[in-house]
Amino acid sequence: MPTEWRVRDISRAMLPVLLVLSVVEIGSGLVLGEYEERLLTSPSLLVLVPVTIGTAGNLGSVLAARLSTAFHLGLLEFSPTDDRLAGNALATAALSVTVFPLVGVGAWGATEATVGARLPPTTVVAVSTLSGAILGVLAIAVTITTAYAAYRLGADPDDLVLPVVTNACDVLGVLVLIGTVLLLT
Amino acid sequence: MSIGSVAREAYREGLPALAASTIGGLFAGVVLGGMRGELGAVSGLLVLVPALLATRGNVYGSLGARLASGLHQGLIEPRVDWADERLRGAVGAALGNGVLVSVFAATVAWLVLTLGNADPAPLVTLVAIATVAGLLSGTALTVAVVTVVFVGYRRGLNPDTLVGPIVTTTGDVFGMTFLLLATRFVIGVT
Repeated sequence: MPTEWRVRDISRAMLPVLLVLSVVEIGSGLVLGEYEERLLTSPSLLVLVPVTIGTAGNLGSVLAARLSTAFHLGLLEFSPTDDRLAGNALATAALSVTVFPLVGVGAWGATEATVGARLPPTTVVAVSTLSGAILGVLAIAVTITTAYAAYRLGADPDDLVLPVVTNACDVLGVLVLIGTVLLLT
Repeated sequence: MSIGSVAREAYREGLPALAASTIGGLFAGVVLGGMRGELGAVSGLLVLVPALLATRGNVYGSLGARLASGLHQGLIEPRVDWADERLRGAVGAALGNGVLVSVFAATVAWLVLTLGNADPAPLVTLVAIATVAGLLSGTALTVAVVTVVFVGYRRGLNPDTLVGPIVTTTGDVFGMTFLLLATRFVIGVT
């Protein structure tokens, strides 16, 4: 990272990535727009949108940061028998099955307390839990693939992996949430 | 270390940050759930939501990471001094890029929706909402990120571990709240 922080230099380094990522995010926005009426008729599903995509991105970014640090410290090898890789992946899966059912309970409760929920709590919790389980697996796959690609390309995992993983998980979060809603409601 | 002990440690360390950002995400969801009137009034606004929230995270996450590395390297001091050119440059770039990318996203969304005959709200409405929301949430996020990173560092915490949870939590909360305020403001003016 250069030691002079000029607006022009920072922007030149960051803007291309930011613009590409925003186009990718518009893609997931178009999927939301496609099902806007469905979401507007059930406010608890609308409440699930930011928290689901945010939590999916966070699951990926926590794993990415841990793998990146372990890799920098020379503690990690990209091999299916690496205990550190497997242990971190297992923790990510466990975190997703812990957090997402609570997200469902929280989303239903918050909706009921504010604008009134129209779906039963069991449906909202089922949507959140199933989305979370699928997203946990996807977050692990995306993070390990991206970290491995950065490692093979000789790139610093800190620069590349985090934005790619968070934004990929955002987009997957929308797709999986909408898919689960269509399946369960 | 065995798989089990690695997993237990990672789980324990990951849970608090994830729980905090989940609460932020739920708050953002409640704001979005209460915005059904605005979403109906400004066609295409929902399409913009993921891009605007992600831009907050990307831009201010990078600002936080830059400030954290700068503190570690001794390039900046952990106090707010607007005469410091590095601090001004980092904050100016974040605010400028945040607004620029928001306006770009609004334009792309409008273009795609128009080409798809989805009949979005006028371009000027979407761009105005993106600009006002970008400025307001950018200002709030700058204050939050600079304060937490500097105060945390002065108290002996590692700013690297603070940035992620702070940006994801406040990014969602400020991002949605100021999007709602910006939308109401622009609907009121036009």
